Amino acid sequence: MRDIEMSRVNATREEMLETVKSPTLTHEQKLTTMTNLADSLLEVLDLPEGLDELLNQPIDKQCICDLAEGHAPLRPRYIIPDYGKFMREGSEFLQLEPPKDLYEALNALQIFYRHVPSVTNFPVYVGALDELLEPFINDVDEAQAKKLIKLFMTQMDRTILDSFSHANVGPKATKAGRIILEAEAELEHAVPNISMKYDESITPDDFALCGINAALHSAKPSFANHAMFKSELGEDYVIASCYNGLKMGGGSYTLVRLILGNIAKRAENVEDFKKNQLPYVCRIMAEYMDERIRFEVEESGFFENNFLAKEGFIRRERFTAMFGMVGLAECVNILMEKEGKTGRFGHDKEADKLGVEIMNQIDAFNQEHVNPYCEITGGHFLLHAQVGIASDLNVSPGTRIPIGEEPEELIDHLRHCSNFHKYFPSGTGDIFPIDMTVHKNPEFVLDIIKGAFKENLRYLSFYSSDSDVIRITGYLVKRSEIEKLEKGQNVLQDTTALGMGAKHNGKILERKIR
Amino acid sequence: MRVPINKIIPFSSVDGPGNRTAVFLQGCNFDCRYCHNPETRNLCTGCMECVEKCPAKALENRDGRVVFDPAACAGCDTCIRICRFGCSPRIRHMTPEEVMAEIKKQVPFIRGITVSGGECTLYPEFLEELFELCRKEGLGRLIDSNGTLDFAEHPKLMDAMDGVMLDVKAWDEEEHRKVTGESGRMVRKNARELAAAGKLYEVRTVVVPGLFDYEQTVRETARLLKPYLVYGEIRYKLIRYRQIGVREQYAVYQSPADEVMESLAGIVRDEGLRDVIVI
Repeated sequence: MRDIEMSRVNATREEMLETVKSPTLTHEQKLTTMTNLADSLLEVLDLPEGLDELLNQPIDKQCICDLAEGHAPLRPRYIIPDYGKFMREGSEFLQLEPPKDLYEALNALQIFYRHVPSVTNFPVYVGALDELLEPFINDVDEAQAKKLIKLFMTQMDRTILDSFSHANVGPKATKAGRIILEAEAELEHAVPNISMKYDESITPDDFALCGINAALHSAKPSFANHAMFKSELGEDYVIASCYNGLKMGGGSYTLVRLILGNIAKRAENVEDFKKNQLPYVCRIMAEYMDERIRFEVEESGFFENNFLAKEGFIRRERFTAMFGMVGLAECVNILMEKEGKTGRFGHDKEADKLGVEIMNQIDAFNQEHVNPYCEITGGHFLLHAQVGIASDLNVSPGTRIPIGEEPEELIDHLRHCSNFHKYFPSGTGDIFPIDMTVHKNPEFVLDIIKGAFKENLRYLSFYSSDSDVIRITGYLVKRSEIEKLEKGQNVLQDTTALGMGAKHNGKILERKIR
Repeated sequence: MRVPINKIIPFSSVDGPGNRTAVFLQGCNFDCRYCHNPETRNLCTGCMECVEKCPAKALENRDGRVVFDPAACAGCDTCIRICRFGCSPRIRHMTPEEVMAEIKKQVPFIRGITVSGGECTLYPEFLEELFELCRKEGLGRLIDSNGTLDFAEHPKLMDAMDGVMLDVKAWDEEEHRKVTGESGRMVRKNARELAAAGKLYEVRTVVVPGLFDYEQTVRETARLLKPYLVYGEIRYKLIRYRQIGVREQYAVYQSPADEVMESLAGIVRDEGLRDVIVI
């Protein structure tokens, strides 16, 4: 381990003391912050030359961002346990037999969640809850089942303290799935995030409409293009964290992102961007990711010692990594300006074409780059349209059109999305707040989903414009909780603070209502 | 054949089931007091007042006709507000094929179209042609109508359309004339005949306290429809009057209270219609 300067140690100690004294952080939030600060003092990674100048910069200059993963990764960023195996076999480490009825199943899952690490220390994937619970759903009458499931979901909302945790339902209709969706429509919780895997040829309309009804009450589920994910990742994929497609029993070692707008600022013109700047930053970022992965696999000991790996709930060979990007819109607009052109991303054919060319180039780079520990995805990372973080200023998530510049008509917005969703097997998505009147016509939303998935859109989220629970970028927050935090009160969930940042920096309450 | 098109809304959630493209034709044979888009009632007289007053200079006098430049339009609606003839200068004269080309842009995101107005049945031949084009694309075809066209006289249109969303503005004949300026006899005949033919998708009544006996209207309409429910469900949509868009001289009415709307929904349900929506 390399030495660091005492001034950095002291600065970190100051931050730790501030954390201890913070009036707004809860005890758990303080512990997490303290851990991250301690980790920031470690210097164990063999960093690629040139990284520092791209990584350690203010947000208007930073070109690579590692999303607070820490200096010495002690676990993969996203872990996707095979809960089905747990339900079938139980766990020796947790001293649990396979559950025999609905009571035991719910209890077993609650116990398991407590022991699934991630970058946020909460499980980013809580299972295909409909499939997991369906075998037990007739153990009790429906009213009782709903009551138990509501208690289970409430337990999750109050103990899994960020909304990056993600449940899946669908594509098949199940009684358990319907009860879960009905429960969420009534509970209006922010946690967990839910995706419905949707395939028009598998998912019946009434089940999808049950999902849409829940979405218009509680901003979830989102809808994932099952046929598309399946064709890329196989049947055993899951949607985790924000909207990340990953392998069951695997996960993602790391997620680092390109901030494309700032890379564009370095370029003289489009040619310089494509020929020099973008390839250079992509290479440094890939090398950085390679090194993080190497440390996790070869040095951290996680895959040798954690019970999830020991008992086969995860396998190292099923992990991959996510090559992220944000700010395609700003990147294109900056480059257009440098070329003396006025066209803007989302509104101009030439600008959109440039966006596609940039994505093609990033995709081609990724297809060339090989990492020895990403066997499950052909030795390559998966591209990921990252949703942004609270402190992002003038950085639009992934390939989204900036808020405030959305096309007048939703059809034009969707057509634009269809150019970009295909690049991102490990996740992208667009969000549409919907006018209340749609409550009377949920088929309106269903028709849009059906059309969108025929046109190769990957992932769509809807929420009602007057809902308390809203989708910030990839996660959910209650407006009422943001208001509490703004008044300086403690709030339970970590994501509320992120939502507050996004409200002020990312204008997320100003999305165009459809 | 060209007809005056007021506007085309690519995605509409309020003009029938699912997501539909809504096509609004210009011109109406009613003059409803609570009309919330009075600029769709008449055709342009060429008075040029809007050309002079358009702040964005999006309107031009070309040989006595008002020509509209959509790119320059700021959407301020000054032209609509000042028009003394209940018209809009932003009207395009389009063929069924041209309208179809606009509709196709929304495929596969829509399940069908709804043609509304104004009163779209003033142009039955246009509807027939447009619906045949839609039928070839597998798109649904609904009409939003005041019910003044004698549908029985238009078998081709009856065949080409999936159904009608019919406004029943008032039950009592005298009140119907008060609300719309016209007789309601044909509306009632159409309600019966369309329902009997399985082509009545929905009836709707705008509830305006103080203007007409809405309880009677809702009860009698529901009663009239009841025998035809054996052919399939008919939706009754109860719409709250809202001042938005209504001409100044008629914007004196108040929106009905929630309790009024709920009690009307109860009346409809008591008559045996199960699908009742309040908006």
